Amino acid sequence: MSAVAISSTVATLSVRGATKRFGAVTALDGVDLDLYEGEVLALLGDNGAGKTTLIKCCSGALRLDSGTISMDGDEVVIHSPRDARALGIETVYQDLALFDNLSPIDNFYAGRELAGPAWAPRSLRVLRRRRMKAATAEVLERLQVVLPELDGSVGLMSGGQRQAVAVSRAAAFASKVVVLDEPTAALGVRESRKVLELIRRLRDAGTSIIVVSHAMDHVMEVADRAVVLRRGRKVGELIPSAETHHEIVSLIVGGAE
Amino acid sequence: MEQFAVSEPEKDSRSLSTVDPRKLTIDRYHALRLGLLALRMGPLLILLILIGVVAATTPVFHTTQNLGNVLSQTSVISILALGQLLVIVSRGIDLSMGSTIALSSVVGALLYQDGYSAGIVIVAILATGVAVGFVNGAVYVWGRVPHPFIVTLATLSAVRGIALWASDGTLIFGMPGAVQKVGSDRIGWFPISYLVVIGLAMLVLVLTTKLVWGRWLYAVGGNPDAARRAGIPVSRVLITVYVLSGLAAGFGGLLVAGLTNAGSPNYGELAELDAIAAVIIGGAAFAGGRGHVGNALVGALTIGVIRNALNLHNVEAFYQLIVIGVVIVVAVEADVVRGYLENRFRVVQAARQS
Repeated sequence: MSAVAISSTVATLSVRGATKRFGAVTALDGVDLDLYEGEVLALLGDNGAGKTTLIKCCSGALRLDSGTISMDGDEVVIHSPRDARALGIETVYQDLALFDNLSPIDNFYAGRELAGPAWAPRSLRVLRRRRMKAATAEVLERLQVVLPELDGSVGLMSGGQRQAVAVSRAAAFASKVVVLDEPTAALGVRESRKVLELIRRLRDAGTSIIVVSHAMDHVMEVADRAVVLRRGRKVGELIPSAETHHEIVSLIVGGAE
Repeated sequence: MEQFAVSEPEKDSRSLSTVDPRKLTIDRYHALRLGLLALRMGPLLILLILIGVVAATTPVFHTTQNLGNVLSQTSVISILALGQLLVIVSRGIDLSMGSTIALSSVVGALLYQDGYSAGIVIVAILATGVAVGFVNGAVYVWGRVPHPFIVTLATLSAVRGIALWASDGTLIFGMPGAVQKVGSDRIGWFPISYLVVIGLAMLVLVLTTKLVWGRWLYAVGGNPDAARRAGIPVSRVLITVYVLSGLAAGFGGLLVAGLTNAGSPNYGELAELDAIAAVIIGGAAFAGGRGHVGNALVGALTIGVIRNALNLHNVEAFYQLIVIGVVIVVAVEADVVRGYLENRFRVVQAARQS
């Protein structure tokens, strides 16, 4: 009976046998990964374990050599960031990819501006600024992100506010999955806390989230499940808690074997 | 030793109660905001003060005749600055503008000599600018040249060479009446050439602030990598930037040819440097991503007023060059100070959050 219950929950994002080589180096070696709706999955591992390679393959920055990616049970092809975005996967890389000279609104809509009329070539359409501003304000309010001003440039904001802009931008356009690469690495304690709260709110709103992080404390706090990679292979999958903390660390560094 | 360590936090908490640190950061926040605003308005304020000083010290300056002269002398550099502004916002530079002025004026003069109509001559002058701009953009983007400095340095040389070759190195007299009119006539005291400036400035204003292309331009200038990842057609944007810059140089050539009733391979020497100076003096960031139409126009007018004032005071020409050099340094320093204040602002911003 329980087998039926499990098979009825199809993974939002499912990776099977992911393999990626860079010349002689095997960065990913047959990794399986499932991400379910409304959960936070932590992707853990030491430097060079293959975490970044795996998320880059999911977000279209890299192509898998072999293996498949499916969403809601259907196999999909992700060959470019555009493909990933069209499937509802948004990624926040460590560098945030923000435009410091532009406002949060313009950052939200860079490359997907709301503009018209539809018959005009895309580059010559007139920006619908009020609509973009209202939509941005709505998303920020829903995620309870407070910014000093929506029209001010992002370059004048603190590290935490910038991270919040990048994460909310991803959240605003991701219908399925948000991938966060080291979301708290550059932040102080207080700002990290705010970002973790934001991740939790996102999950509660039904978004599935993959978090790559070195900060074990943060992972323990926010992740529902953790997958550990080492040298391109999946070496463990467990539920982070005070009891499993030790086990996770030894899986990461390889002491358990 | 231990006792000292214990007593220390106590002292701290007492001093905290006397001066509220929160209030302090808020005051600093407003001071920084004010400073940044002053820097943003700086170029315009400097221009206004300059005009005030010159008007007070020379009775001739604020005659409409002289104001017309200032505008007429500023029109070419203003148009070039509009084109250069787009290039600089995109993190580039266009050194070929002066040579493009020369070639486009020569092309126009040769066609007029061959009996072509005013319309064809004007279109050919502008098309020459577009062609040079397209070569700049195409070689830069598709040739994967590391920096547009190199490409436009090459066209600076080659385009002037072509102008010299096509004209046999001589000035060619004769421009259609319409071209002369645009270059040298006035409506009352107001030069028609500056109407061209205003018209083009409006177009650039719409392009940069109202249309999607403008957003792409600032995105490319702010973070080219992120722009590419966001699906913005970076290569196309950059090529358009150089085409528009070339077109601006073509308009420059049109005005110079109209003013002098001739085409010459020696026109526009160092004009590109005037345009770059105008954009920087006007307050745009040389590093790219930041700058607007106002910056280009204010910078060009500042240079024009300085030249005019020193002329009216009978100051020797070399002083003009020195003064403009000093103003450029001041403008760039203002940008450095701005960067510093913005950094402080970020820190205070983070403190305010708590």
